[in-house]
Amino acid sequence: MIGGLFIYNHKGEVLISRVYRDDIGRNAVDAFRVNVIHARQQVRSPVTNIARTSFFHVKRSNIWLAAVTKQNVNAAMVFEFLYKMCDVMAAYFGKISEENIKNNFVLIYELLDEILDFGYPQNSETGALKTFITQQGIKSQHQTKEEQSQITSQVTGQIGWRREGIKYRRNELFLDVLESVNLLMSPQGQVLSAHVSGRVVMKSYLSGMPECKFGMNDKIVIEKQGKGTADETSKSGKQSIAIDDCTFHQCVRLSKFDSECSISFIPPDGEFELMRYRTTKDIILPFRVIPLVREVGRTKLEVKVVIKSNFKPSLLAQKIEVRIPTPLNTSGVQVICMKGKAKYKASENAIVWKIKRMAGMKESQISAEIELLPTNDKKKWARPPISMNFEVPFAPSGLKVRYLKVFEPKLNYSDHDVIKWVRYIGRSGIYETRC
Amino acid sequence: MTDSKYFTTTKKGEIFELKAELNSDKKEKKKEAVKKVIASMTVGKDVSALFPDVVNCMQTDNLELKKLVYLYLMNYAKSQPDMAIMAVNTFVKDCEDPNPLIRALAVRTMGCIRVDKITEYLCEPLRKCLKDEDPYVRKTAAVCVAKLHDINAQLVEDQGFLDTLKDLISDSNPMVVANAVAALSEIAESHPSSNLLDLNPQSINKLLTALNECTEWGQIFILDCLANYMPKDDREAQSICERVTPRLSHANSAVVLSAVKVLMKFMEMLSKDLDYYGTLLKKLAPPLVTLLSAEPELQYVALRNINLIVQKRPEILKHEMKVFFVKYNDPIYVKLEKLDIMIRLASQANIAQVLAELKEYATEVDVDFVRKAVRAIGRCAIKVEQSAERCVSTLLDLIQTKVNYVVQEAIVVIKDIFRKYPNKYESVIATLCENLDSLDEPEARAAMIWIVGEYAERIDNADELLESFLEGFHDESTQVQLQLLTAIVKLFLKKPTETQELVQQVLSLATQDSDNPDLRDRGYIYWRLLSTDPVAAKEVVLAEKPLISEETDLIEPTLLDELICYIGTLASVYHKPPSAFVEGGRGVVHKSLPPRTASSESAESPETAPTGAPPGEQPDVIPAQGDLLGDLLNLDLGPPVSGPPLATSSVQMGAVDLLGGGLDSLMGDEPEGIGGTNFVAPPTAAVPANLGAPIGSGLSDLFDLTSGVGTLSGSYVAPKAVWLPAMKAKGLEISGTFTRQVGSISMDLQLTNKALQVMTDFAIQFNRNSFGLAPAAPLQVHAPLSPNQTVEISLPLSTVGSVMKMEPLNNLQVGSGQGRHPSPYSPTSRAPLGSVEGRVYRQMFLATWKDIPNENEAQFQIRDCPLNAEAASSKLQSSNIFTVAKRNVEGQDMLYQSLKLTNGIWVLAELRIQPGNPSCTVRLSLKCRAPEVSQHVYQAYETILKN
Repeated sequence: MIGGLFIYNHKGEVLISRVYRDDIGRNAVDAFRVNVIHARQQVRSPVTNIARTSFFHVKRSNIWLAAVTKQNVNAAMVFEFLYKMCDVMAAYFGKISEENIKNNFVLIYELLDEILDFGYPQNSETGALKTFITQQGIKSQHQTKEEQSQITSQVTGQIGWRREGIKYRRNELFLDVLESVNLLMSPQGQVLSAHVSGRVVMKSYLSGMPECKFGMNDKIVIEKQGKGTADETSKSGKQSIAIDDCTFHQCVRLSKFDSECSISFIPPDGEFELMRYRTTKDIILPFRVIPLVREVGRTKLEVKVVIKSNFKPSLLAQKIEVRIPTPLNTSGVQVICMKGKAKYKASENAIVWKIKRMAGMKESQISAEIELLPTNDKKKWARPPISMNFEVPFAPSGLKVRYLKVFEPKLNYSDHDVIKWVRYIGRSGIYETRC
Repeated sequence: MTDSKYFTTTKKGEIFELKAELNSDKKEKKKEAVKKVIASMTVGKDVSALFPDVVNCMQTDNLELKKLVYLYLMNYAKSQPDMAIMAVNTFVKDCEDPNPLIRALAVRTMGCIRVDKITEYLCEPLRKCLKDEDPYVRKTAAVCVAKLHDINAQLVEDQGFLDTLKDLISDSNPMVVANAVAALSEIAESHPSSNLLDLNPQSINKLLTALNECTEWGQIFILDCLANYMPKDDREAQSICERVTPRLSHANSAVVLSAVKVLMKFMEMLSKDLDYYGTLLKKLAPPLVTLLSAEPELQYVALRNINLIVQKRPEILKHEMKVFFVKYNDPIYVKLEKLDIMIRLASQANIAQVLAELKEYATEVDVDFVRKAVRAIGRCAIKVEQSAERCVSTLLDLIQTKVNYVVQEAIVVIKDIFRKYPNKYESVIATLCENLDSLDEPEARAAMIWIVGEYAERIDNADELLESFLEGFHDESTQVQLQLLTAIVKLFLKKPTETQELVQQVLSLATQDSDNPDLRDRGYIYWRLLSTDPVAAKEVVLAEKPLISEETDLIEPTLLDELICYIGTLASVYHKPPSAFVEGGRGVVHKSLPPRTASSESAESPETAPTGAPPGEQPDVIPAQGDLLGDLLNLDLGPPVSGPPLATSSVQMGAVDLLGGGLDSLMGDEPEGIGGTNFVAPPTAAVPANLGAPIGSGLSDLFDLTSGVGTLSGSYVAPKAVWLPAMKAKGLEISGTFTRQVGSISMDLQLTNKALQVMTDFAIQFNRNSFGLAPAAPLQVHAPLSPNQTVEISLPLSTVGSVMKMEPLNNLQVGSGQGRHPSPYSPTSRAPLGSVEGRVYRQMFLATWKDIPNENEAQFQIRDCPLNAEAASSKLQSSNIFTVAKRNVEGQDMLYQSLKLTNGIWVLAELRIQPGNPSCTVRLSLKCRAPEVSQHVYQAYETILKN
């Protein structure tokens, strides 16, 4: 297991050093500084083995976090732990910086004592930690016996990520469906590859220990649940989508998802990522790019690019940017566009065309004349693809949140009293059209 | 409130100040002081002098202060063991505190203080805490048992903590279960023999239940522990798999990878025909792909593991090529790993896409990445034959860029392409030669030299090119020197007339002016080969090389299986078994995949294969990159990258090349005879070289020849028989036999003068024969032979004379006599059989056995042979018939044997001995490319076994 944990600043000075195992000596601290931090470019892997000691490191801004071990530990776990450690620190004192770490070193030691025992990660959910970490926690010096045992049962219990007794005057939750759509399209408009990677981020401000049930229009989920209610299946069946793979936050009961395809959970308080998913089928491509490149002689190129928005006219896409690559021997560019602003950026070898807003089912066009310097380079210009950036207010995968039901049997608020907000944002990932 | 101020105090007298503050009455001041002490401790200042003062602060009801003091104690207790005793009372008291958090804190901290005296006091509180009513205390106590075990294992056993810990596996609280599992797993690792974790279906069921309820970390502990369990049958394996698969959707990558490990392992037990097997395969792909959207460090871990999974079960990810395409902003370590997996997944279906990508990558900026991309193009060519031409032209394009490292890398891979497709792309050699001057890396230089040597006959100025390298011979790396030596010898053998000087030069450089033993030894071998027998040298050095396998860089199968058991851990990241990087006894237990239960598929063991079953599906492993150079004598191949504890069944590469080369040319349907005569027949003795020496020992065995006398002395020598009666030869009677000593044969002659005159001027001449036998020295009979005098002469023979097929095969006509009247006679004795190099290894045996058509199999019976298997084996061994494998089937001992005849015919034999059979009959099946020899081999067997 993890033998020790060190935090360094950019110069390699130790800010925090906590050793859990006897086989890690003080010299390990220096070994990492010398061989990794000061070696800079030569280290090419996040796992380094120096003299039979393995170092795992992650970097946050200019702070190095390093976990050390001499055993055959679970490497994935160590990295997951380091990320978690960063999350916990960020939840306590914001940005991870040298100053913040120095200011909170006592807290960090206390946290490290609690979330790692003999190198084994223990409960690392901030919500639960805040109940018994003395530094900056919700501390009362004289807890009653009941309170104490309540804390310990929470920390060790099934719902270690949430403390009891949370109260809000207004029960409210926010759901963000954030998707990034990736595309590679041939000049003829044929989709070569397309996929959406999405996340459902939830912000919950709910009292008590609410039991939530999340429903979406996933094909399998609907088919499985729709058996009883045939109408619903036929109604929504049309719009259901096929999710390739999804992963859930640890609060979701996976065995229940596996058997009943229902996503049920007791959420942590505040913001967390409920699920991640990936789809490759029936993706709504918000934009189509139609390129037309014509070589006029050896010193001139004529480029015409049409973009078409392919969604409901009532919706508006934002932050649209089209990037048209130009050859290396470009000497001058003249651009005419109907909408937005276009500029030739010599340093980036591209024409960048920006449009602030664009409604659905519209099209816009840019044409450019590119003057080329004659070269004796025989190699033809490789014609890199035209790439695009945008943001649209819907989910390109077609994912819809069907419901998010909240049950809290002990407190007297019902599902209807909870104010729920759902927002869809689709962004471009790598969205390219070859020309 | 900021704590950073504690870092800044550096003035002198600080310790005294702190001392005063620590003894202050004010709580706040005390706390501040302890914080300062801890800050100093962190930056590496020695504050151990304050030990008593800090310990004094321990007795407080302020949890915050207590935690700080405990932190200090953990750091310094070891250096102040006597003082640490002062703290014991407080610890013991705290373990009884009504607040569970304090109880847990005390027992947790106490376990971290590695002072013997304290450890003694720890036992009682720990026992109580293990049974505490509060789960938080119990889960802390569970880990504390592991801590105590690390300090004093005996104590833990004596105090019965292990049993208590085992009970905790049935605890109602999932976190307690998880920590108990973690602690037990760790303790069990240092006691590999003990059945500590005693996993049985009931406890497994408990673990699987806890799996659904505990924290993400607990799930990892439990899954890692489950992976060590061996289900009793495929049904149990399937039911565990079913309960583990939901974990594949966990957001924590470590949980996913540990679940993958359990599934990959248990899948071994499932029958491939099972529907569930297919379902499981399908379920594995999406989570693995999803791991690639994690943070880069985790992506790296995931990719290293996917690399193993793809080798073990390529079908899982075969359609997922695109997700491994490199993204512009991937960190370099992710890029390099993705590239590796792309090559593994490359197939005819996706090769166009892959090549297009690789070509892009070859123009990037990062040198390592570009190199690897270039290398990958070469590997695609080797892997997918249809793409070879495109790959070669892409590589040529890249060479035209004249970017130094691209050119060098391209040359290295083109060398491999030549080896895979000989005589196909040699037209590019000219282009390669143009870049000779720009090569500055040893690997590229060595590759280029290899190419020049290999194709010396097609390169007009090969001698000039090689000579140019020779100037700075001593500044070259060993790799280049060895390659240069071999290349020049090849050149000499191909163009002997013009290059004699060159070869002498290089031989003297290698043998006289070098202190590298490998180089020297290789130089000497060549030298001796060339001086004693250029023809043999030609056969050895210019032997046809085995084609390189399609898959390169594969991990050796037994290691791969072991690494699959370590998915997610460091071993899987390093691709090394834990023993390679873990000190001491921990983790050195070898893990292996469970055997498949369906019996129909168990035919992979070598013992069963000779009966005609296919040898294991495992591909031959060809080592990475530089090792591919392995031409016949490239004995400098290091051991495989995978480190020391390789299973012995694996074939190490040097040996494969050597033996493979031998086998290939020997087994060819029409092996080229040395003197131009075609058929090579069964000779009766050994060749004076031992190139097929036992695996791994390389050159040294060559010199074993001299020391090997003892072992060979037991070999069978036929008694002398009269070959030429006096009647026929004017009074000269010749009797003789063949003996073999130290790998060379000689003919022992006894000449008796039965005439009345003195005989002088003896001479001997051999007619062309099937074995290529010829006298190695003239017959020397010093004194004249008086009437009735007998003289014994031993005539050394060589086997490099002209070969001609004789009827019968072992017919040898020799003329000898005195003066000008040779009398022909035929020595008919059967001399010891087989050559010292006849040893074959199992895989080779299997492959060859399978390869030889069944028509060539001959069956014989040897009657009245009362030997048991061991005796027969050792008897045969002394005549250079080597036992490859032995097994017992239905009461019969089966011996699998190999021998090589002098002129390179391999004979594989299966000897069936039935102990206790009254007739003492031994059955012999022989398989050989040249079935003609079988009869004679049988006779040889008979002779040897009966003597």
